[in-house]
Amino acid sequence: MLDDFFIRALLGGIGVAAVAGPLGCFIVWRRLAYFGDTLSHSALLGVALALLLEVNISLAVFIISASVSLTLLLLQRMAPLSSDALLGLLSHSALAIGLIALAFMTWVRVDLMGFLFGDILAINRLDLLTIWIGGALVLIVLWRIWHPFFASTVSLEISRAEGLKPERSEMIFMILMSLVIAISMKIVGVLLITALLIIPAATARKYSTSPEQMAVLAGLTGLASVVIGLFGSLEWDTPSGPSIVVAALVLFILSIIPGPRLKSKLRIKSDSKDPLKSEVKT
Amino acid sequence: MLNRDAKLVELEHAGIYRSGRWLVQDVTMDVKSGEIVTLIGPNGAGKTTTAKMAIGVIDIDAGRAQRQQNLTVGYVPQKISIDWTLPLNVERFLHLTHHCSENDIKLALKVTGISHLAKAQIMNLSGGEFQRLLIARAIVKRPRLLVLDEPVRGVDYTGEMALYKLIETIRNDLNCGILLISHDLHVVMSTTDRVICLNGHVCCSGTPKNVTASSEFKSLFGQRIASSLALYDHKHDHKHGLNGSVEDQDNRSKQRNSSYEVDTQDA
Repeated sequence: MLDDFFIRALLGGIGVAAVAGPLGCFIVWRRLAYFGDTLSHSALLGVALALLLEVNISLAVFIISASVSLTLLLLQRMAPLSSDALLGLLSHSALAIGLIALAFMTWVRVDLMGFLFGDILAINRLDLLTIWIGGALVLIVLWRIWHPFFASTVSLEISRAEGLKPERSEMIFMILMSLVIAISMKIVGVLLITALLIIPAATARKYSTSPEQMAVLAGLTGLASVVIGLFGSLEWDTPSGPSIVVAALVLFILSIIPGPRLKSKLRIKSDSKDPLKSEVKT
Repeated sequence: MLNRDAKLVELEHAGIYRSGRWLVQDVTMDVKSGEIVTLIGPNGAGKTTTAKMAIGVIDIDAGRAQRQQNLTVGYVPQKISIDWTLPLNVERFLHLTHHCSENDIKLALKVTGISHLAKAQIMNLSGGEFQRLLIARAIVKRPRLLVLDEPVRGVDYTGEMALYKLIETIRNDLNCGILLISHDLHVVMSTTDRVICLNGHVCCSGTPKNVTASSEFKSLFGQRIASSLALYDHKHDHKHGLNGSVEDQDNRSKQRNSSYEVDTQDA
């Protein structure tokens, strides 16, 4: 069954979405969208490095993303620039250096589009294994740091005052982000990873009343986006990554159309009519 | 129970240096179990900074900061902004830093007067309600040290008096130390054991009586305030509920006898 490239893509995509959803909630809550972009753009540098040194691409991407996030931590302490500007600097320099490095390597034939926008055809058994083991690892670690990390998301000062040591969980989260980018690159591509993190979380927000609920819903929404997107991509022969993102966008748009709210308003109206009627009758 | 004189936190000549200037320097102070210590001073005097130094929210650049081992802290920060994208209700917010039992939650909500909001989403609370929630969250685990940075900001006047009363009750029942930052000098002088007057450094400190009589206090706050406070001797002849109503005689005596710990068993 795993011989079928479409089944492999589906399994890979589901694995990625299940991890990206919960992690994406933190990206939304902490306003880290640009940080996610920076890490994923730098992934291309990792690809170039992997091809040059002939090592596993996911591993190289993970190492590069992790070093970029550590560099960011370092620069935030040293450079007199806002985090925003620093992220822009890191993001685009890493992307540019990656593109130049790839262009220099004339001896390797690189499908640049595949790396930028994802390539379902390229998923092999080893990739699937990486996604599922890496994804499970990310979810387990995220579950372990959930409580202190969520507390520091709400208030860094409170969690520090009450002895939760937020620096540790923040550092771990950055490493988790790098891992997710490394494993999801083949599915949606470097340029669109952040979308898979943010859009399902944004869709889940409206239907959630607790952070944990939002994390689960975001995972499920991402899962649905992957399935719909991949079937769409098969049907209309569109690139896989963009199709998944468009599917996620469609789900988001459906969620903000005030359909359910109208219904509940109507329900209240009809409910309130009844006692009035009975009053009139009596 | 720990020794009443046990120092929970202690600062010795502590200071914070940021971009070319000292925010505060040479601060020496401590908070013991069972006492309320209040920091007062004009804007920019370093009250919040001093409180943060004491509990390790910011690391000090000079001097020494010491905290009792395994000290549990409840902290109400001056500012907190919660992103509206966070789906968070009152109950979930109460076990933000530590898991706590349903009884703890009920009691904390009850004493701060927001029991009816247990299921409310945080983003829908008013400023005063949110402030009460912050206090509820800080006391829910019965910490050894409470640090309250302008805890009643935005709370209506009657609620303010009730919350200050509550702070005193908490101190009495839990025998915890309380480090309070407040602008309300009248309340400070009537409920505090010790006052520390800051203005970039410790101007003067001591009992409310001694501080208001000192020349440093007069020069910082003005002669008129100083003399009005010296005359001010607050006596309650009745109690207010959190909703502001004057409570009846029976209820009053009952409330006087009741304590935070007795309430625990009720809840």
